[in-house]
Amino acid sequence: MEPTRSQLLPGVFLTTLRTDKFKSDCLSVNLLTALDRETVAKNALLPRVLLRGSIHHPDLDAVARAEDELYGAKILPCVRKKGEMLCVGLYAGFLADRFTPDGEKLLEPVARLLGELLLSPATHGGLLRRDYVDSEREKLLDDIRARMNDKRSYAMDRLVEEMCCYEPYGCDDMGDAAHAAAVGYVELTRHYRALLLSAPVEIFYCGAAEHDRVAAACAEALITLPRGEVDYDLGTDVRMNAVEATYRSFDETLPVAQGKLCLGFRLGECMADPDFAAILVFNAVYGGSVTSKLFENVREKLSLCYYASSACDSFKGVMLVSSGVDAKDRERAQAEILAQLDAVRAGDVTDEELTAARRYLAGALRAMTDSPGALEEFYLSQTLKGLDYGPEELAGLVELVTKQAVTDIAAGVELDAVYFLHGEDTGEEAPEDAAD
Amino acid sequence: MQRIEYPGVGETLWFDTLPNGLKLAVALKSGYTRAYAAFTTCYGGADRRFRFGGEFIDTPMGVAHFLEHKMFDMPDGDNALATLAANGAQPNAYTSSGLTCYHFESTENFYDNLRELLRFVSTPYFTEESVAKEQGIIGQEIRMGDDSPDYVIYDELMRCLYDHHPIRDSVAGTVESIAEITPETLYRCHKIFYTPGNMALTVAGDVDPERVRALALEVLPAEPGEVPVSDYGPPETLLPARPRFSKAMAVSAPQMLIGVKLTPGKRGGALLRQKLLSGLALQYLYGPSSPFYHRKYAEGLLNADFFVDADDAAGTVTLLLGGETRDPEAVLAAVQAQAAAAARDFDAERFARVKKAGYGARVRALSSFSGLCASLTDGAFGGYNAMDAFAVSAALTEQDVQAFLADALAPERFAMSVITPVGKEAGTNA
Repeated sequence: MEPTRSQLLPGVFLTTLRTDKFKSDCLSVNLLTALDRETVAKNALLPRVLLRGSIHHPDLDAVARAEDELYGAKILPCVRKKGEMLCVGLYAGFLADRFTPDGEKLLEPVARLLGELLLSPATHGGLLRRDYVDSEREKLLDDIRARMNDKRSYAMDRLVEEMCCYEPYGCDDMGDAAHAAAVGYVELTRHYRALLLSAPVEIFYCGAAEHDRVAAACAEALITLPRGEVDYDLGTDVRMNAVEATYRSFDETLPVAQGKLCLGFRLGECMADPDFAAILVFNAVYGGSVTSKLFENVREKLSLCYYASSACDSFKGVMLVSSGVDAKDRERAQAEILAQLDAVRAGDVTDEELTAARRYLAGALRAMTDSPGALEEFYLSQTLKGLDYGPEELAGLVELVTKQAVTDIAAGVELDAVYFLHGEDTGEEAPEDAAD
Repeated sequence: MQRIEYPGVGETLWFDTLPNGLKLAVALKSGYTRAYAAFTTCYGGADRRFRFGGEFIDTPMGVAHFLEHKMFDMPDGDNALATLAANGAQPNAYTSSGLTCYHFESTENFYDNLRELLRFVSTPYFTEESVAKEQGIIGQEIRMGDDSPDYVIYDELMRCLYDHHPIRDSVAGTVESIAEITPETLYRCHKIFYTPGNMALTVAGDVDPERVRALALEVLPAEPGEVPVSDYGPPETLLPARPRFSKAMAVSAPQMLIGVKLTPGKRGGALLRQKLLSGLALQYLYGPSSPFYHRKYAEGLLNADFFVDADDAAGTVTLLLGGETRDPEAVLAAVQAQAAAAARDFDAERFARVKKAGYGARVRALSSFSGLCASLTDGAFGGYNAMDAFAVSAALTEQDVQAFLADALAPERFAMSVITPVGKEAGTNA
């Protein structure tokens, strides 16, 4: 399964992966733009508004009817933060042609519907419909506020926001409530037109169709895409060190029973010339797998928390550790999380740990080749990093990572911020614990 | 083994019941790199009281889930989770009200990993010390669940709908109930419920079904063992025990979960048909492509997180509608009104489209190995073949759906659980 890539229009690129393996095809169209505090809410809002209706399918009922007729094809809004870039677009998942009972072809009509939703929205007087924009803005605001409902992800979002408050990376991919609340339909229309003119466009398809057939379907679907000067000047600013001499600490109180302790690190030195395979292995050894030091020691041996794991973003060069702990164990948990990082730095990594981490990652990467959605995500990220190899090749690279490479990465990692979410401080011990 | 081809949807499956009673299903997935296996016991959070060896046995809340956590400990000090992971597999486990499932996915060493899966799930090893430690870990998990609106709203809806069925109990139990668990409790429940006659092995991947079967025969006990019979109490009535629950939590806006309990269909084809019919009726009436949803969405009453589902577990079948809303009571009233209106005025064209979309979604879902294996497991325990879903769905008619709507969705059948934002509560427990 080798990707084929071609340019359809100025700045519009199509990547296809041809395979008969899947029952589901996927097609995504992504407009690339900079992650920016001022525009992120508009970008988050845009695909939601576009899905409210188009010129020939003017409302939700009409769009849903068309999708149901296409055997339940689903076109969804898709806004992804990749480092300090934002991919704004639509993602279609639909039944592979060979399973339609009477041999109907679905790729062309799905591409047409997607293109129409993206480029020919329902308008009034040339502007995006005010009622649709107002309604979707309220829903976006609901979603922004709803981030707090899942405390585990909320705590991570808040850590990133605080840790990177001086960088675009601190923005959430939905933007913040204040900016979102201020978006009006005239302004959104202007933003939309400008984005269509200047954004590089990445299209990805995975399924049974040949590249040429997909290219023809997409070229037809995007025939009305206006093209101006394409802005290729997109990228991520990597901060190598912590913002202050000692790490910054942030506490927040909400009515919760369990505390959430999150630590944010800069990967540091290794980002000068990142070895992505080695960063993956470092993370799997430290906290990114069930054989990792955080899982084995902080969770299993010490029972300090129900979960403790790490994740690295190799676009931005940050590592985030997330854990759920009782407020009374906060200091111990933090000390232990840092002690485990010191252990990796000191080279205290057994052959078993290293091998387990490499195998775990290689397996996970190879398994991606079995999922259209995972392949789409992987190749989009690769394209944005300027890399052209597939998950199997990355799996091969992972298997060659040495212990030295892992400890070298750990040596440069620096704690930048700690965020702790906890319940009201009652000054008492937590309610009696069954474990004592 | 029985080999069945499903050429229309491009699947080949192998089925068998082994001499020791284990139900086996293998979905052949040619050309795939990864393979997935799920080893499941028909034992979940609701199986607290059961008949075994001629007597009734009562157990504390949370034993099935506690067992799931402790099964990974091996007598030689190894942890099976780590062993599997070190061998290139991605293992995990989960416990629901009706079952406990241990599973892994791997791209290499499939048969070694399968052997390890079968071995560790069949090897109980518990000590006073390890049980005490796990009480701490699960205590944290329970506290995390207490902070999760999704968990609380579901558990409380079940307590509204059901009067005495143990599906009312939280799967993880409470800090108090798990404090009662001892190594003896775990050994006893493992012996009773982890017997091949009470279990299913389902596999999806480019594997050799005969080799899977041979491995299961080699590793697992030869005898089926007595299969325990759970006592869920007398049948539930059709009406909810309580119509409402409400609680304030740290959420941004009210969350609602609306439910209706059904009298479960008989084991076998009737149960499968009931699940498919209720799912189709819900999609037709309230699903994401329904005019009802679009109206309420445009009015600002529903958001994109709105969902409908027909859920079955431990001898219960429950219809669910849920999501965020500014006005739960208004949504419930509209849901009830829509059911009444649909019984009078049926849209045959929409019904045909919903069936068409349902077919596409069902074929696409076959690509999820874990989803397919979970369906096959449900079928093994429910007495039907999950792949019959295509034929049974295709045969469902307008009349079937109309009859279902008139019968199941009368206004008094509904209950609702609501989580309100702290500071805006309308009062607790109705």
